[in-house]
Amino acid sequence: MIELIIGKYNFWIYITLMMIGFYAMIVKGNLIKKIVGMNIFQTAVILFYISMGKVKDGTAPIIWEKAVVYDNPIPHVLMLTAIVVSVGTTAVALALVTRIYKEYGTMEEDAILDIERRQAEELRKKGSE
Amino acid sequence: MDIAAHFPVLVIVIPLITALIIPLAGRINRSYAWYIALAVTFLCFLMSASLLNTVINTGRISYRLGGWEPPWGIEYVIDYLNGFVLVVVSFIAFIITIYSKKSAEQEIENSRIHIFYSIYVLFFTGLMGVTITGDIFNIYVFIEIMSLASYALIAVGKKRNALVASYNYLILGTIAATFILLGIGYLYMITGSLNIGDLRERLPQLYHSKVVLTAFALFTVGLSLKLALFPLHAWLPNAYSHAPSVVSALMAATATKVGAYAMLRIMFTVFKVEFDIQVVPVTKILLVLACIAIIAGSVLAIAQTNMKRMLAYSSVGQIGYIVLGAMLVNQTAMTGSILHILNHALMKGALFLVVGCVIYKTGIEDISGLKGMGKKMPYSMAAFTIAGLSMIGTPLTVGFVSKWYLAIGALKADMWYIIPVILLSSLLTAVYFWRIIEMIYFYKGSDKEAYNDAPAGMLMPTLILAGLCVFFGIAAFIPVSIAKKAAEMLLGGI
Repeated sequence: MIELIIGKYNFWIYITLMMIGFYAMIVKGNLIKKIVGMNIFQTAVILFYISMGKVKDGTAPIIWEKAVVYDNPIPHVLMLTAIVVSVGTTAVALALVTRIYKEYGTMEEDAILDIERRQAEELRKKGSE
Repeated sequence: MDIAAHFPVLVIVIPLITALIIPLAGRINRSYAWYIALAVTFLCFLMSASLLNTVINTGRISYRLGGWEPPWGIEYVIDYLNGFVLVVVSFIAFIITIYSKKSAEQEIENSRIHIFYSIYVLFFTGLMGVTITGDIFNIYVFIEIMSLASYALIAVGKKRNALVASYNYLILGTIAATFILLGIGYLYMITGSLNIGDLRERLPQLYHSKVVLTAFALFTVGLSLKLALFPLHAWLPNAYSHAPSVVSALMAATATKVGAYAMLRIMFTVFKVEFDIQVVPVTKILLVLACIAIIAGSVLAIAQTNMKRMLAYSSVGQIGYIVLGAMLVNQTAMTGSILHILNHALMKGALFLVVGCVIYKTGIEDISGLKGMGKKMPYSMAAFTIAGLSMIGTPLTVGFVSKWYLAIGALKADMWYIIPVILLSSLLTAVYFWRIIEMIYFYKGSDKEAYNDAPAGMLMPTLILAGLCVFFGIAAFIPVSIAKKAAEMLLGGI
């Protein structure tokens, strides 16, 4: 049991972080908080990849006379791409939220849904007239 | 040096670079943007057709990026399946680009039109990239390129609801893509490889490992979310109905098809068929979900009053057909599933283009607004009727061909109970299309406004797609011969 927790602590950390992010993305009503959750969610995956590439007593993969074992650089390099993607997604999301705030005057999901519902009802009334 | 040998990479590089050139060219003159987008999609269509032709004549193409050997470097692989999807995607994109000139002029702010086309071409790059690559991490990267571009394209929609729809899609799309990324991580952790062909060789010894099972679960959920399989379809109706007409047509016709392709690739090429059947009963689970999707999509479509929304829900049902065919795991049904990638792209493309024509001319999005439209816009409505009949599955149209293959496939798999599902959904489809066709031709509309038909630039592409619905319904042997070989390859001799 102890082995399961301590021996694989990197997985526990990444799963915990990921679930915190996932929870925020689904449950939080504020659109900015959802983006914060999304960032935690993506960062957790980055952490997972980074810990995966680490080899015990490994050094950075550079030719060096004292180096015996090297870390695996590929997961680290892959994560450079994932970081770029995550920055891009955050930028698009924030741009959308600013536009939403300008149009609706609020960043709360419930309030936006309320406005949309009222709007749909008005349309229906117009249609029936 | 033979330029044709480099087509696999040029299909990606040319649109990618053009996407960056368009905003610059647009600064000089905004009208350049459309011409460049048109030229690029046409060029990519020609190159894809040439690639498919090479595959038919000489077999699988493998292209090494930068000359690095496959397990280490990135490899682009073209076989029957993705050659076919490449041609479908680039052709539909080309046709919709022709159409987009007038429609986008009206629906998108004129000062931003060049930026719109830049993102449009970027979206196209993503679609082509997911299809052509033979590297699993590359699939993730291109899925993200495609998704990020599509969030922006949806948000361009005129009404403010488009912003919320786009935001919701962004959140769900990111969850999906991150799940796929995690799945890739697990596969890399246990095999040390990212190349699809290499993974296929290395995975069988590890099929019972929990890591592989976790990876597979993550892939299934992530991809189902991306392709909007029934319980995970929540983002799709809003995104399609609030996006500009051109974007809904392009996304409905191509984006979900590429999602379906990615699912086929991962479930049947990265993992072998034996894994899907023996190790995890995933085909059974997805089969049930696909059946529910087919029925639920049709039922929900009947309940809609907005045309675009109705078509979006009908897409949910049609995606069910593609998944259904794949999950029956036999040659005939798989052929039907691959055929449906083409057929649904043609039908749904034509339908969304007609709706775009109606919106362009009248601004009406409600179904009741179509009353008496048969006299006012005869050509568009003829296209709508043909595509609608094809959706129902009338003989001599493409819809019939894929449903036929799916039904025969279901019989071959000893699952006769799939056939009532297909029949019931065809009847439900008939209900929601007949209601519109009735309005178009048998109701008298108000004579106050006299519309004439949409401009030729919009009408031609619409009629071409509707015409192809009939053409490939009669000359079905052309796509069938390719789809059969692709199915054979995916199932590896079962």
